[in-house]
Amino acid sequence: MKAIYERPRALKDVVTHYCPGCTHGIAHRILAEVIDELGIQGNTVGVASVGCSVFAYNYIDVDFQQAAHGRAPAVATGIKRVLPETIVFTYQGDGDLASIGAAEILHAAARGENITVIFINNAIYGMTGGQMAPTTLEGMRTTTTPLGRQPASQGYPLRVSELLSTVEGAAYIARCSLHNAANIAKAKASLKKAFETQIQKKGFSFVELLSSCPTNWGLSPQEALKWIEEKMIPVFPLGEFKVKEGEVR
Amino acid sequence: MKISTIKHTTNPEVKILAEVVLMKGNEAVGEAAIRAGCRYFFGYPITPQNEIPEYMAKRLPEVGGVYVQAESEVAAINMVYGAGGAGGRVLISSSSPGISLMQEGISYLCGSEIPCVIVNMMRGGPGLGGIQPSQSDYFQATKGGGHGDYRLIVYGPSSIQEMVDIMFRAFSVAEKYRNPVMILGDGMLGQMMEPVSFPGETPPPDPRSKPWATTGNRGGKSRLLSSIILDPEGLDAHNWKLQEKYRRAQEEEVMWDLEKAGDAEWFLVAYGTMARVCRAAMAMARREGIKVGLLRPITLWPFPKQAFEAVLPHAKGFLCVEMSTGQMVEDVKLSVEGKAPVYFYGRTGGAVPAPKGVLKRIKDMVSGKTPSITDYYDRVAGGELK
Repeated sequence: MKAIYERPRALKDVVTHYCPGCTHGIAHRILAEVIDELGIQGNTVGVASVGCSVFAYNYIDVDFQQAAHGRAPAVATGIKRVLPETIVFTYQGDGDLASIGAAEILHAAARGENITVIFINNAIYGMTGGQMAPTTLEGMRTTTTPLGRQPASQGYPLRVSELLSTVEGAAYIARCSLHNAANIAKAKASLKKAFETQIQKKGFSFVELLSSCPTNWGLSPQEALKWIEEKMIPVFPLGEFKVKEGEVR
Repeated sequence: MKISTIKHTTNPEVKILAEVVLMKGNEAVGEAAIRAGCRYFFGYPITPQNEIPEYMAKRLPEVGGVYVQAESEVAAINMVYGAGGAGGRVLISSSSPGISLMQEGISYLCGSEIPCVIVNMMRGGPGLGGIQPSQSDYFQATKGGGHGDYRLIVYGPSSIQEMVDIMFRAFSVAEKYRNPVMILGDGMLGQMMEPVSFPGETPPPDPRSKPWATTGNRGGKSRLLSSIILDPEGLDAHNWKLQEKYRRAQEEEVMWDLEKAGDAEWFLVAYGTMARVCRAAMAMARREGIKVGLLRPITLWPFPKQAFEAVLPHAKGFLCVEMSTGQMVEDVKLSVEGKAPVYFYGRTGGAVPAPKGVLKRIKDMVSGKTPSITDYYDRVAGGELK
């Protein structure tokens, strides 16, 4: 008998704390698969951020540091500068990365810091209970945009992949989605490419993953996946925005 | 610049001791850190400490180290967190407003028990304040500064040589306790030049030699550096574990200096630059027959309560002198426990109390008159400022 599907070694055999229908589990799984396939589990340090994925180290079986809110790229910079041959990644949500940590992510990219960033964009603050995020869509209701996000007073969603793709130090920038199997396969391929970018010392690599938050969106898990496809992708188009230096697709 | 060369030594390994160089305080801080095995520095420009990052930017690459100019002090202290957590020996420096920005990161460093050395070349505050020397960050440095129950081990050197000697000690103490150590200097110590010699060289530690550092699990058990403990019992236990560490530091790390304490009846209490001014005032007072001694805390936390216990039996009064509106004086009062009167004299904003001003307060204290706490009040009282 041949095993065709099993738990990746880099994914711990534990129950996660994530809500039913949340795509963090999928993101963790493909991350662990990539770590296994690249054979880097013993030589990787992850940086967990502040948000629902604050306990990522309980699930991904590599050395981890827990960073302050928004500071994961700075923490990763410190680790990478001491251990340049060790693979270093951050795992951050949209509030962490695009709001409070906007300076840290931008300058890590500008320095061409040779780290990989996994950016979970679910257009909302999940852990604190569904407040407006920098990526919240126009008109989208959250606990702090009870009438829907009004651009006149609450601004517009931030497109981080597009923004970072203008930065010279960035070597690989892609946005993928976790709403169906085909897109999950593409997301995994992009994650692998991002880690390979780091292994080849090409510089900063970044993969944005459009993710669901059924609990705070007030949708069922199935409806939430449909919502990604119908509402989020038109605002956050998928694709590779930058591959290697200077090459834009 | 070398100003003299050979001191006598029979030990060929301490050659470096023979070299006395004239150096600016900030540059001596950088050189001392490198010789103490530091290979990582993360900084952001702010006056009056810019020569530290500038020196490190030049010197660290020469010894295989890394200098990164961060986008902010907020980012810089978090780079220190990452680098220290990865087992590197790390230095960071700033001045007062920049140190304020680092308080969040310092709290996380203490919570996750990551060692590093932080230098604060204090300038006047609050707010943007000024760029001249000050000692008004004493509370911030010794009482916590950021959120949560934590302590830094804080040194207040009063000469460039002492700053250099303490740098060597600071790294080993930081690693012994897995806790950040702060060297609390001021703009004067950073900017002035003095002859200095370096006590040897310590090789940088191998990051992988630290059993707690996150360096990749190499197929073994994964390590974690974190400060989040949601279970109240667990966080309570973590806090008491930290307190046990701080209690041990209070037993083992306290440093102070007593000058002319043998026959002294009156004591000046001062640290850093102010201790030097007080030394001059003490000499002036003694020329006038007043038996004054100097009690100089070197560790500001843990505070050298023991020094007070030693002199209290023959002390008639203490005059604490600071470049602040009175911060360390609270610890002096706690140490004296009401057994003798405690007075204060201070100036702020880059104004440095002069020996003459200190002498005037010594005479007030001795004559039974409560010394005014600052020249400013004198001038108000005298009608000069209305």
